[in-house]
Amino acid sequence: MFSSASNFVHGVDKAFLIIGGFSIFFLVSFTIIMIYFVVKYNRKKHPKATQVKDNTWLEVTWTTLPVLLVIFMFYIGWEGFLPMRQVPKDAMEVDAIGKMWSWVFEYPGQKQADTLVVPIDKAVKVNLISRDVIHGFFVPAFRIKEDVVPGQTNFSWFIPGELGEFDLFCSAYCGVNHSYMSAIVKVVPQKEFDKWYAALPVKKKEDDNLGLKVIDKNGCTACHSLDGKSSVGPTFKGLYGSQREVTENGKTKTLTADSKYITNSIYDPNKDVVSGFPQGVMKSYKGIIKEEDIKLVEEYLKSLK
Amino acid sequence: MSNDKEKTEYVSYLEHQGKYKGIFSWIFTMDHKRIGLLYLYAIVALFFVGAIMGLLMRIELIAPGETIMKPQTYNGIFTVHGIIMIFMVVIPGLSVVFGNFFLPILIGAKDVAFPKLNRFSWWIYIAGCILAVASQFMKDGPPDTGWSFYAPYSTSTGTNVIMATFAAFVLGFSSILTGLNFIVTIHQLRAPGMKFFNMPLFSWAIYATAWTQLLATPIVGITLLMLIAERLFGIGFFNPDLGGDPVLFEHLFWIYSHPAVYIMILPALGIITEIIPTFCQKKIYGYKAIALSSLAIAGVGFLVWGHHMFTSGMSNQARWFFSLLTFLVAVPSAIKVFNWLATMYKGSIDMKPPFLYALAFIFLFTIGGTTGLLLGSIATNVQVHDTSFVVAHFHYIIFGGMGFAFFGAIHYWLPKMYGRMYNMRIATIAWGIIFVGFNLLYFPQFIIGMQGMPRRYFDYLPQFQTGQVISTIGGFILIIGTVIMVYNLIKGARSGEPAPANPWHGSTLEWQIPSPPSLENFDEALAIKSNPYDYE
Repeated sequence: MFSSASNFVHGVDKAFLIIGGFSIFFLVSFTIIMIYFVVKYNRKKHPKATQVKDNTWLEVTWTTLPVLLVIFMFYIGWEGFLPMRQVPKDAMEVDAIGKMWSWVFEYPGQKQADTLVVPIDKAVKVNLISRDVIHGFFVPAFRIKEDVVPGQTNFSWFIPGELGEFDLFCSAYCGVNHSYMSAIVKVVPQKEFDKWYAALPVKKKEDDNLGLKVIDKNGCTACHSLDGKSSVGPTFKGLYGSQREVTENGKTKTLTADSKYITNSIYDPNKDVVSGFPQGVMKSYKGIIKEEDIKLVEEYLKSLK
Repeated sequence: MSNDKEKTEYVSYLEHQGKYKGIFSWIFTMDHKRIGLLYLYAIVALFFVGAIMGLLMRIELIAPGETIMKPQTYNGIFTVHGIIMIFMVVIPGLSVVFGNFFLPILIGAKDVAFPKLNRFSWWIYIAGCILAVASQFMKDGPPDTGWSFYAPYSTSTGTNVIMATFAAFVLGFSSILTGLNFIVTIHQLRAPGMKFFNMPLFSWAIYATAWTQLLATPIVGITLLMLIAERLFGIGFFNPDLGGDPVLFEHLFWIYSHPAVYIMILPALGIITEIIPTFCQKKIYGYKAIALSSLAIAGVGFLVWGHHMFTSGMSNQARWFFSLLTFLVAVPSAIKVFNWLATMYKGSIDMKPPFLYALAFIFLFTIGGTTGLLLGSIATNVQVHDTSFVVAHFHYIIFGGMGFAFFGAIHYWLPKMYGRMYNMRIATIAWGIIFVGFNLLYFPQFIIGMQGMPRRYFDYLPQFQTGQVISTIGGFILIIGTVIMVYNLIKGARSGEPAPANPWHGSTLEWQIPSPPSLENFDEALAIKSNPYDYE
């Protein structure tokens, strides 16, 4: 009756059925009662209302029964939810790192992938790490969701029970490309997983370039690509020393992207916006990126021809 | 009572000549009825601005990919739609329009307790609206945080968040002062002989709402100031890079914003409680239960904010505690529905437009309420939290609940407010179109939400398209119905047939004075009934 995509589907869908069932029952009953009264006691047929006295027992009944009913429904929901917090000790641990606007999955042994590949029938614990703002880790087919909150590590876990590919969405609003922050959960047989995992390259040793570190730490590449592609903002490639057409208060002018321009663009980004890009998307990094760090970024940009 | 004879003796509040003339007789008015109308005009205008934004979103979502706008524009539009609709339309909504106009009349008072403060609240409200609308047009672009302003996104985006949050802060003061004014009015200005349990139930609902406004609004005020301080001075309340905690923002925000939902819906429950006995010509069933359930909803409503945060990483204890309380708060709402149905039993039911809105309200509010159970249950919440299921649930409660109650109230009280009647047939047709359009618009969002369609998505996967298309069609039908309804009401208010003092044979005090009322409402001594819904 229920799908077996994960070990939680049964508990969650049971709660949907029971609570949804009561909901439909009440909706249908109220509607039928309303229609019946409206027809039967219509003023045309029933010109004089019959006044009815309050009945204490009736009121006590329709207060007590709903209390018992909601406590029962609460329990069904709690019962379906509790296993989501009880991770088996032997679960495989994967870090899901959310940043504007993509997911990276880090496996044991410093291996990274952009698809969450997991072996079937094996418990997987996902540690949720955010690099910037709040994101949401949501796999509808598995009935799991947990927020990815910067400054704290939340977790989710599951045992996949069906082979295949499942959608993973970011559920917490995180900015301009929120709806494109998705990934795939791929459930494969254990053997295939072992092969895939062995072939996964170890994460490159972090680039020694100090300027790039500043760029990474502040999440600049969410909007500014390093490879020449136009994204939310202009690319960094070939930026330094180039001629830029910018718009200031509706007027366009041309500037040279020199040291002063780069500092201005970081501290007062909405003053000279490159023509064709929206205003107000970037915040000022004044007080967040120090001036000596901007110098490092500059050095890095010079190398990015 | 012959209305024509009385007209020679009294001057209606609409024609009364005070110290000021022309437009200033409105801007500087201290008459609770005129202030109510001023709020009504502002709220209707803002409602249409918000509705058009909603329609633009629906057009964008009719197909995957970019349809009519860029993602940044879309994010700005859903944020501004939320800010306008929540802070300027639904939170003040019923309280400031019908609370102002009818609360004093229903309890036999000449005005609210502090008329000058009432005028001041109205000015603050307009100032807040101007700030909020201005934030959309300033240089850095409209805020793009969603109306919930979650940190640290809201502390780091480059858009006009400060102006928008400051506007919400200012609007909060209007809400607090109005709440205070109504509490004092109910305590001090009830007509001689009217005890608390002789008041009409709309007054009870306003009373419960006013306490919530007074106690909860300061919390969101200070929270928004903290957000502004973090943006301007880098004080680390919420951003973990500065040593803050983003979940703290969520708690503070929802400690206000959940009770705020009851600020929106309690007066709506009160209005339905007025409409039903009138059109059934029957004493309300379970007066005390309804009165006390308003207070119970307001009270327990303060303790359930955590259900917005079941997936935020809260402790298990917090999760079950908030879930259990959320389920319990459903009970007083259910009691009201039982009482309304029992009131219809053996009544003499007149299917006039206000009653049709009341029936639609019960249907939609039941859907909104029971889907609230699915959101309150933790297992199912995990699946539907932050999906379009929440969007649908919220609109069923707020639009299907508060909105339909507002429409019902204006159809119920318009003859009293303007002394004229609208066209019944057009009103009934508009009701039908609105009801159909509303369900087409929001119901599909429950289904795609359960299937995993996240909310606040500019783009989506093809499997969700059928639901999105039906929803967009519903949006167009709904707005057509709304335009017809408003046109009919405006035409009625300006040039409709003169309305008698008591067109619906209502039993509460507003129907015992002329339509429209005179400046001080009661020119003759009034008789207070022990039960305001006494039809015998």
